[in-house]
Amino acid sequence: MSAETTSTLAGVSQEPGAAKPDPILVADDVTRRFGGMTAVDVGHLEVQRGAITALIGPNGAGKTTLFNLLTGFDQPNSGRWTFEGRQLAGVPAAKVSRAGMVRTFQLTKALSRMTVMENMRLGASDQPGERLLQALVPPLWKPREREITAKAEELLERFKLLEKKDDFAGSLSGGQRKLLEMARALMSDPTMVMLDEPMAGVNPALTQSLLGHIQGLRDGGTTVLFVEHDMHMVRHISDWVAVMAEGRLVAEGPPGGVMANPAVVDAYLGAHHDTDLGDDSLLSDEVAEQLEAEAEAEAEARSHGQAEGPQTDEGDR
Amino acid sequence: MLALLAVLVPTSATAASGLPLAAATEACAPTPESACIGGTIRTAAGEPAVGVALQVAGVDETVDATTGPDGRWSAAVTSAGTYTVTLDAATLPAGETLRDPAQNPRTVEVTLGQSAGALFPLGAPSTGGGDTDDPPSGGESTTPAPEASGEPGLDSPSPGARGGGINWDRVAQQTVAGLVFGTLLALASVGLSLIFGTTGLSNFAHGEQVTLGGILAYLFTQVVGLPLLLSGAIAVVLAAASGWLQDAVIWHPLRKRRVGMTQQLIVTIGLAITLQYVYQFFLGGSSLRIVRSNPQAVNIGPVYITQQSLISVGIAVVVLGAVSYFLLATRIGRATRAVSDNPALAAASGITVDRIIRLVWTVGAGLAGLGGVTMGLYLNATAWNMGSTLLLLMFAAVTLGGLGTAFGALAGSIVIGLVVELSNLVIPSDMRYAGALVILILVLLLRPQGILGRAERIG
Amino acid sequence: MDWTRILSNVAGELIAPTTAAYALAAIGLNVHFGLTGLLNFGQAGFMLLGAYGFAISTIAGWPLWAAVLVAIGCSVVFALVLGIPTLKLRGDYLAIVTIAAAEIVRIVGRSTALTNLTGASSGLRGDSYKETFQELSPFDDGTSTIGPFTYANNASNSWWVRIVGWALVLLACLLIWRLLNSPWGRVLKGIREDEDAVRSLGKNVYGYKMQALVLGGVIGSLAGVVYVMPRAVQPDSMGRPMTFWVWTILLLGGAATVFGPVLGSMLFWAALMLIKTVGRELIPSTVMRAEQIEQFGWIVVGVTLMLLVIFRPQGILGDKKELAINVR
Repeated sequence: MSAETTSTLAGVSQEPGAAKPDPILVADDVTRRFGGMTAVDVGHLEVQRGAITALIGPNGAGKTTLFNLLTGFDQPNSGRWTFEGRQLAGVPAAKVSRAGMVRTFQLTKALSRMTVMENMRLGASDQPGERLLQALVPPLWKPREREITAKAEELLERFKLLEKKDDFAGSLSGGQRKLLEMARALMSDPTMVMLDEPMAGVNPALTQSLLGHIQGLRDGGTTVLFVEHDMHMVRHISDWVAVMAEGRLVAEGPPGGVMANPAVVDAYLGAHHDTDLGDDSLLSDEVAEQLEAEAEAEAEARSHGQAEGPQTDEGDR
Repeated sequence: MLALLAVLVPTSATAASGLPLAAATEACAPTPESACIGGTIRTAAGEPAVGVALQVAGVDETVDATTGPDGRWSAAVTSAGTYTVTLDAATLPAGETLRDPAQNPRTVEVTLGQSAGALFPLGAPSTGGGDTDDPPSGGESTTPAPEASGEPGLDSPSPGARGGGINWDRVAQQTVAGLVFGTLLALASVGLSLIFGTTGLSNFAHGEQVTLGGILAYLFTQVVGLPLLLSGAIAVVLAAASGWLQDAVIWHPLRKRRVGMTQQLIVTIGLAITLQYVYQFFLGGSSLRIVRSNPQAVNIGPVYITQQSLISVGIAVVVLGAVSYFLLATRIGRATRAVSDNPALAAASGITVDRIIRLVWTVGAGLAGLGGVTMGLYLNATAWNMGSTLLLLMFAAVTLGGLGTAFGALAGSIVIGLVVELSNLVIPSDMRYAGALVILILVLLLRPQGILGRAERIG
Repeated sequence: MDWTRILSNVAGELIAPTTAAYALAAIGLNVHFGLTGLLNFGQAGFMLLGAYGFAISTIAGWPLWAAVLVAIGCSVVFALVLGIPTLKLRGDYLAIVTIAAAEIVRIVGRSTALTNLTGASSGLRGDSYKETFQELSPFDDGTSTIGPFTYANNASNSWWVRIVGWALVLLACLLIWRLLNSPWGRVLKGIREDEDAVRSLGKNVYGYKMQALVLGGVIGSLAGVVYVMPRAVQPDSMGRPMTFWVWTILLLGGAATVFGPVLGSMLFWAALMLIKTVGRELIPSTVMRAEQIEQFGWIVVGVTLMLLVIFRPQGILGDKKELAINVR
């Protein structure tokens, strides 16, 4: 945990919706209902620039749905939010990403039938060859392609994936895919990365290095917001923790203090949610992958508003 | 002359071969390497019609012909298969019209070394504009086409209405026709809906299940010689058995192999192609009449309906009622709906999903078979492509009602039936299927959950 | 048995205009399905529109280049009309919408209401629109024999159609090869795999899908023009079965490959011809009549399609690791 960010946030009140000294993302009155159920109902949320903020809460708290809304992958029933002062409500996902807010997914979306390197190149921005007519004339895009490749190699090196660069992404382990997805998100030098359960399905040996990478991002000046539902995972790396339960923001605070907040205890225990059961971070890679494969095979709901877990994914037909 | 006129999908073979043929206008004699298509065209008064231009279009060759001084024309072709013969109505002698414009063009099956005829009777069109004494739905006065060999299409469920303006008798007639057609379509579509609901599969081979019912009924009445009811029952049982077998041999193994839905969808297309040509292989491309005698007409107020149609609808209503009872009131029926709703949850609550799916395939195919029998009676004939012609209408019905909801399929079918028949009043009847397809597209765009489906949480 | 005749018939199929037309149509479908993962079951609709566009404008007296532009324009409009609302739909919905739209084109085209324009179900006779194309031929009229093949130089089923048809196929292959190995093709491949992932990386998925739909449709419409050159524009011969054959060809050769559609088309038509000619020689007509042999050929096609999709979805040239038919 970086001392300076922590100190910047030291004076912030520990109320849900607390104002931050330098917020990069400010959301107001964001609601999303599915039928009769209110999945998200967040009054006010600010995310501090340059800090690691963890969004935690029990299963079904609405964390992923909020993520989907903020990144344009789902449409809210109401609400508005700004990113670096720019209105992003109603902006399509691709534009959100181009604005500098890049996300990853809970069920990894490594493009498995493309190589690791192609995955990385796809993450880059400003490749003129991605336009149909320019694509026909290689000299127009080859130079940029070389820059992109160099950058990809550098990132892969950092994420210890360089020797896999010509393998199909599908052949990577679950944890490596998480790493690849994160590295790919960094190809466009985002100002803010949104990581949806980066630790889910990652074996413990890789967890440490993942946490290290997240901290490295923050130290490099990138804002990080990540979803997690296990408190213990986030304690060591986050500068600030926001807690959601039943769609609402119930508490905020530094990682050390927030667990003691009665609202948080209530959220995890009072709502009869078992923090761990059904938690896919506890599933072995194989099981998680099988579930993922099943979810794919069902292939019903497109992953707009990514479900909270594979089980719900299957249920949505 | 009312039955089975236009040909919706006469494409049978599309092979290509290299050799162009000069148009043959002189008389043609078939050789082992070639065949002839020809006929004589006479005016309504019986005089030879001279100088009428015709075009014979096959898969790999197109031949033009003109009638000679004796009204005869012929065209030589070099490969067997289906040919479309088109008469250029503009070249008819002044004042002459085709007695039945809907039979132009007509299709002819050609065998090498033989001559095939394609007749174009001239005279006053037999169906006047909207007079009510014109027998409308189902075509009671069906005389088989002069050479019934070349009529693979079943485009015209109720070819009665053509031309003419809107009057209330016609509206009533078309409404009844629409209800009848819709009810029978529902019978055929329920299986499609159930299968989609329980497995997620869009089954493009469902039309062939419908055809199977019609063809089996034809075989048992006309070839074996059984009474209609008995052969209909046998047809339904065999159709159901084919559904069971299909799931056992193809779909269950594919689900077990976790073959993706898109792949399975393409497999259904392969299956549809296979079955269509298997039917053609054994039964040829012509239309097959399940009942030979001309149907008796019943007159209810201004509306004519054939007994066959009435009985078909009666059976359909009873069976659809039974299906509803099964789905709503029996344990297995509820289990089926549970699987349809959420297979994973259903499995978790102790329902053997695979057994339910097998049951759905069996029942669905049986219902499709019954739909085929009744549709064959209603349309007065069946053919190898009856089901595939109806397939998109069934998809329209099922989608309209809400994909995967059995009751939605009922409602959707009725609506589609009415749309198809009533659109006759305002657009040319050969375009009326297009209306149903436009609805299909609009529903998918605007309300993909259908009229009865509920909006669901996505993701 | 006359093996020379059989073999030259079969070899004739390899270079036939129809084979070229289907190869071209399959290349277009490859842009949709192979590259982007779009389930277009209306390729015959694009072809029919192309054929109508070309033939009708030629009959109206327009020069060749204008007629070709009209054909292309028709398919662009069709792609936009189809694509704007449907590209946001689930894959199988797109399949149903495209198949229905193609049927609508055919039903409207064959309707007696449009007899003056489209010739209704009898279609447009070849002689009425071939002239501008044949005039462009550098050859003199007559016939030429190359190896076992003798065709007219310019008349409908001619060397000239073959040359132009296959030149178009070659150009299309070149185009696909260039695009497949470009960043543009990479984005499409990504969309085929998981469009949400691509969206999260800042690419306008909808726009890319639209470009793919239009490009594949344009190639399809040119295929339609090539297809009707040696025959007539017959709406009923360009219906659902045609779309299904194009799919079979694409899956046979290998989706997402450059030469898969070409190889698939050649194999498809040559194999059908082989079955037909050998069947006629070997099977006595008491066992199978001539048309039954032909139908048998189509049964083989149907079974092949099923087996291909189940056991070798990547086709002959595809790489299993790179392509699985798994579209959402």
